[in-house]
Amino acid sequence: MGPITTTHYVALSAALLLIGTIGVLTRRNIVIILMSIELILNAVNINLIAFSHYWQNVNGQIFAIFVITDAVAEAAVGLGILIALFRNKETVLADEVDLLKW
Amino acid sequence: MDALFFYLFATLVLGGAVFTVTRRSAVHSAISLIVSLIGVAGLYLLQQAEFLFAVQIVLYVGGIMVLFLFVIMLVNLDQAAKQRQFNRQWLIALVCVMAVGAELVYFMRKGASAFRLPRAPATAAVTEGNTEQIATVLFSQYLLPFEIASVLLLVAVVGSVVMAKKRI
Repeated sequence: MGPITTTHYVALSAALLLIGTIGVLTRRNIVIILMSIELILNAVNINLIAFSHYWQNVNGQIFAIFVITDAVAEAAVGLGILIALFRNKETVLADEVDLLKW
Repeated sequence: MDALFFYLFATLVLGGAVFTVTRRSAVHSAISLIVSLIGVAGLYLLQQAEFLFAVQIVLYVGGIMVLFLFVIMLVNLDQAAKQRQFNRQWLIALVCVMAVGAELVYFMRKGASAFRLPRAPATAAVTEGNTEQIATVLFSQYLLPFEIASVLLLVAVVGSVVMAKKRI
């Protein structure tokens, strides 16, 4: 095992991004789709922190803070929509919400 | 030692992520996601981002995951757990993701030399801690984005209350 370089972090972040994308594209349960979106945002953050460490510059960490803020807002609104959806349609499966399709 | 911790946390992150997207029960998924997020927090600590380590634990593990568990308890997921977990397009989605993954691997191999840049010139020895550095930059250079982010959070709070409320 050699020393850990930025490339290791970038590779890890790419793997996490792909796993999260698989979750978003293939799962039917909306709660788990939202969790997969959190995984994707964390992959972005790993990248930002890795390069912030590499350049010894805190700007990357500031961006990570903004990404976390967005993740929080997205989770809150998404779960609010999910509750409203469950009250009206009695389902949490994404492909059963097809009111606009025919 | 660094490498050992990196591989430990990477295993936590990727293992937790795989379990998150494959488990049938949403509660199991949420707990796997917590493991994954704690692994990410460990990676922050390895990279000397102590403030973000604390934020990750407090906000994600303490805040967002509790919100997720609340919603899982609020909506009845027992019925959903008995049904098909993956949608009909899962095969084509998997193929597309694999294509993107192959692209990423190709570019990372092709561009590996780009990651071996000379170290950035070390600026004058920093004496202040990570949190002070972040605070200084956040409240001077990034003050306007900070304020916009707070407005965004306010809108999100109002929006989620409006969404979740029965009768306004």
